[in-house]
Amino acid sequence: MPKTEAKISGARLMVELLEEYGVDIVFGYPGGAILPFYDELYKSTKIKHILVRHEQGAIHMAEGYARSTGKLGVCIATSGPGATNLVTGLTDAKLDSVPILAITGQVATNAIGTDAFQEADIYGITIPITKYNALIKSADDIARHFQEATLVALGGRPGPVLLDFPKDVQTELTSVRKVDKLKIDSRHYQKPPIGGDLDSFAAALNKAKRPLLYVGGGAINANASKEIKELAEKGNIPVTTTLMGIGAFPGTHQLSVGMLGMHGTAYANKAVLECDYILNLGARFDDRVAKPGEFAENAIRAHIDIDTAEFNKRVSVDYLLHGDLKEVLKALIPKVNKVDRPEWVGFLDTLKKNHPLEFDDSTDTIKPQGFLQKLYEKSKGKAIVSTDVGQHQMWAAQYFLFEEANRWLTSGGLGTMGYGLPAAIGAKFGNPNKTVICVSGDGSIQMNIQELATIAMYKKGVKILIFNNNFLGMVRQWQELFYEERFSESEWNYNPDFVKLGEAYSIKGLRISNKSEIDKALEFFLEDDDARILEVMIPAEEKVFPMIPAGKSQKDMIEFSDTVRAGKK
Amino acid sequence: MKHILKILVNNHPGVMSHVSGLFTRRSYNIDSIAVGVTQDPEISNMVIVVKGDDSVVEQVKRQLLKLPDVIEVEDLAYHDCISRELVLVVVKVEDSNRTEIISICEVFQAKIADLTKTTMTVEFSGNTRQVEHFLEMMQKYGIQEIARTGQIALKYRST
Ligand SMILES: Cc1ncc(C[n+]2csc(CCOP(=O)(O)OP(=O)(O)O)c2C)c(N)n1
Repeated sequence: MPKTEAKISGARLMVELLEEYGVDIVFGYPGGAILPFYDELYKSTKIKHILVRHEQGAIHMAEGYARSTGKLGVCIATSGPGATNLVTGLTDAKLDSVPILAITGQVATNAIGTDAFQEADIYGITIPITKYNALIKSADDIARHFQEATLVALGGRPGPVLLDFPKDVQTELTSVRKVDKLKIDSRHYQKPPIGGDLDSFAAALNKAKRPLLYVGGGAINANASKEIKELAEKGNIPVTTTLMGIGAFPGTHQLSVGMLGMHGTAYANKAVLECDYILNLGARFDDRVAKPGEFAENAIRAHIDIDTAEFNKRVSVDYLLHGDLKEVLKALIPKVNKVDRPEWVGFLDTLKKNHPLEFDDSTDTIKPQGFLQKLYEKSKGKAIVSTDVGQHQMWAAQYFLFEEANRWLTSGGLGTMGYGLPAAIGAKFGNPNKTVICVSGDGSIQMNIQELATIAMYKKGVKILIFNNNFLGMVRQWQELFYEERFSESEWNYNPDFVKLGEAYSIKGLRISNKSEIDKALEFFLEDDDARILEVMIPAEEKVFPMIPAGKSQKDMIEFSDTVRAGKK
Repeated sequence: MKHILKILVNNHPGVMSHVSGLFTRRSYNIDSIAVGVTQDPEISNMVIVVKGDDSVVEQVKRQLLKLPDVIEVEDLAYHDCISRELVLVVVKVEDSNRTEIISICEVFQAKIADLTKTTMTVEFSGNTRQVEHFLEMMQKYGIQEIARTGQIALKYRST
């Protein structure tokens, strides 16, 4: 007979499980249906709760925390409106494979399904946007669900999980604190054995004359940076990364050709066209990168991924290996020949020289590209950078280089405006000693601007850079290029005074609009560890180049110099 | 191309939505879906029949395997599985054709489950082709109502 343990409430148990698991910070917002849990949280000395201003802020903070630390991010919301406010964040975390545990309050079990006050079927709503979710029906099930949820969130390809926690289950007493048997299969959390034929895989790579590594966010999740560098250097194989893969390979490395895809560098996209072998490491042939049937069509295509559902999903491959990227690379590297490829590497060096990232810097107005170049130089290697979504995101992706993984936080899959500020806050909580910069636009920042209060309340020194073009810039860019300049609802001539808005929260700010002000502004921005708002006025016509129009392939890339030649600059 | 997917899942509420959700996500039309518990009361067997090209079905299969409640997925080829579907059909009868209908049922080994002056409810089970064929035969007399279970299937053990 197991020794009978004293009974505790479900809410108490949940808090204890979080503590035992090592969670020391959670982001959330209370409400009626989650009060018993909050009451227990109040008593916890190990878990710090960060009170946000909107549940979407909470989950993006948890994402920023998780992505910058590699740990599980936890967020809490009440039932109904609190829970539905998590939906965007859960979807974001699903698409970008971020390990998140969301705990939501739910109406009492006997009221479920009756349209009770603040009831939403968050279990049903989140089925397609979580990796795992459960409605906890009895306090005796809490331990099992908790364990399954955390294992699934971090296991294999990481992702968000949600536990819906009815109010009466929070108060119900239980003595079941441990699990005898999990109901889910171990394949959902254990590292899979390597699947596929390593030898033929390596042989194909060894035969290649012009190989290219195409590195995605999966490389960061697998913590495979070291192995990727080893592979690249051993075989002298140039490396391009996706938006999500930025940082997985040092951006300043001689073999780095930067980001590929819609707004990737010209040399990366040309490398894709020229290579005779492309090896996808934890990327997913996303539609902003790869057009099926045309992507690297002259190359042998190979893919290593932990998620078998990614194989041949959009682009068919010739060779594949299944498994944890780090483990697979460890097994693969000894089979890869040490080769110099002076011709191929030299060819790419020439491409880099002849097709650099370019912009027109001849006027006194501030160009975001030039500004970011300077910001990068000033904060080199040290900063964690989060972004929102739009032109500023792409410029940041182009002009910031990272030596390490987990320093670049951006909403890649979902493209969520409003992600940047809360993600930066979450990252700052996880990395109190690092500089954290949020790069945003005047549109995006207003999507979760209420979290300035969270910065102020917890005195978090997040640096907020707002590129103000009085436009939804990226929308404007598309309308200019593909809709004959019909700027339908992308212009606004009303923005709040962002500097004054910051002051309202006791955050110091500055606005600049002339190139001559940049140096001083950067000094002000980075001088100490306090929060800052820097609003940079930029021309609305500035565009992101290179660009591959949506649905087109690498062959259709438009470079900045093309627009100059067409007199369109 | 038709696929018969045999999916073993944990016998939990909500699993059905998880599974069918993957098909709707790809705007896939499910021809039939039948679920029943297996010899292990904790595990259910779902049989889903879908039309779709092989590569997309392969995708769905892999996505299915990512669901924590899915234990096993097997794509059964028609020729190596025994599939059955049960149908209950109500047909109109008249004095003049009653014996004719009864003799057709005999040929098909269909059971007459209910009989009134004007209707006959017949129970028939067989593979999809047989069911279709049987219903075609009944069509002529005027079908009033149909209830079908959807296909269930198991692999042949004999070689
Ligand atoms: C929540 C959300 N709504 C709409 C969009 C579509 N969208 C993509 S970029 C963009 C414009 C962003 O404008 P801004 O934040 O000012 O950045 P800029 O492009 O000017 O740098 C919009 C509206 C989105 N990505 N996310």
